[in-house]
Amino acid sequence: MARKLNRPRKGASRTPSGIVTLLIGTRKGAFVLKSDRARRAWTLAGPHFLGHIVNHVVLDPRDGKTLLCAARAGHLGPTVFRSTDAGRSWKEAQRPPAFPKAAPGAKGLVVEHVFWLTPGHAAEPGVWYAGVSPPGLFRSEDGGLTWEGVEGFNAHPLRKTWLLGEQEQTTPDGAILHSINVDPRDSRHLYIANSPGGTFESQDRGASWRPLNRGVAADFLPVKDPEYGQDAHCVRLHPLAPDRLYQQNHCGLYRLDRPGEKWERIGEAMPKAIGDIGFPVVLHPRDPETLWVFPMDGGTVWPRVSPGGKPAAYVSRNGGRTWKRQDEGLPAKQGWFTVKRQAMCADARDPVGVYFGTTGGEVWMGASEGERWSCIARHLPEIYSVEAA
Amino acid sequence: MKVSIPSQLRDYTGGSAQVEARGATLAELLADLEQRYPGIRFRMIDEQDAIRRHIKIFVNQHLAHNLNAALAANDEVVIVGALSGG
Repeated sequence: MARKLNRPRKGASRTPSGIVTLLIGTRKGAFVLKSDRARRAWTLAGPHFLGHIVNHVVLDPRDGKTLLCAARAGHLGPTVFRSTDAGRSWKEAQRPPAFPKAAPGAKGLVVEHVFWLTPGHAAEPGVWYAGVSPPGLFRSEDGGLTWEGVEGFNAHPLRKTWLLGEQEQTTPDGAILHSINVDPRDSRHLYIANSPGGTFESQDRGASWRPLNRGVAADFLPVKDPEYGQDAHCVRLHPLAPDRLYQQNHCGLYRLDRPGEKWERIGEAMPKAIGDIGFPVVLHPRDPETLWVFPMDGGTVWPRVSPGGKPAAYVSRNGGRTWKRQDEGLPAKQGWFTVKRQAMCADARDPVGVYFGTTGGEVWMGASEGERWSCIARHLPEIYSVEAA
Repeated sequence: MKVSIPSQLRDYTGGSAQVEARGATLAELLADLEQRYPGIRFRMIDEQDAIRRHIKIFVNQHLAHNLNAALAANDEVVIVGALSGG
């Protein structure tokens, strides 16, 4: 369906000052890192849910105080914790995401972990979406208290085909549904991504879905230009230009301008020695032409660390046509960072601060839109997610 | 009957390591526990009614493999958070 392309509104809704709060999910709990107004001094609080594997902590931008936390413990099943007072107190969801009970004799799906959380449309307060492993989409209409499966995807007759079969837990924690994007113009219009499986679109609030993967490579499959099965690592829709999507994939970095159907490999413009493989892609909150990535080594056995042990972000200011390396302040050598798909973000300040967390438990801030990096927290557990609030 | 609760689940029981619950089967016992301590069952038992990988339930010191195990009023039920790696 064609929608009017919103022209970039560069400079809109700037936030010139204010405290930045980073919500950090780790393998051993959640932490909160809060700045002063200048973003020079940072104070770490936590852990919350010590010992829990926390995949994602997200603030509801619609009320500025509801937080959801996707967690599980090593021994216990997955759940969602919910705070309505900005994290001072937490309650567990009454009905966490769970697949339907299978018919007798049939093998049913079991949620292994809740991986991704996305607040719903601004006009639908209380609506949230969750992506889980094995890949499944869930929706809450009461602020995360109770969750129902989006059966249009979860029970789709082609779901298993799209996802290249049901996978047992693999590297690092099994197949996942992630990157849930809600079109700010239309609450019914959703994008999701699967790793593996690719990107999918729904125009009817999740009742029906279709693959949206043309132009995206899947070098690990024997089929050239498959309709589905790609390994999307992170897909982001720009809130001010919702027809602009960026995708960091297992096989390259892409842009899609709707109503177009074919992704363009903007990673071709990255230096060949670095490549265009990574987990996260981060968008500038006010400029749809600006995005950051954090390349990783996707060669041979997929080390998934900074190429050559020289970590760097790359920024594009023109929608991916050209890229600039940003490594000032980062280790010049022997820096073997892995930055997971939810572990890089930007704040809404002017100039924007860019942040990433590493699997080695460090949080880095890129001041002046990534021009100068400094480590603002260390000695944390393995970091899975960093969200700026 | 008395049910031993592992440390991982004591947030649900107000810190109690041992609680009372009723049921003629393990399934009924877990339903009773859920009624008394909302949320506790799903952390131990998945949506297909299987005991989660790193939870073990012993009835009179015998490992239960599913929820059909019959229980008597004086049985001892011990729930264990089994080793789950690092």
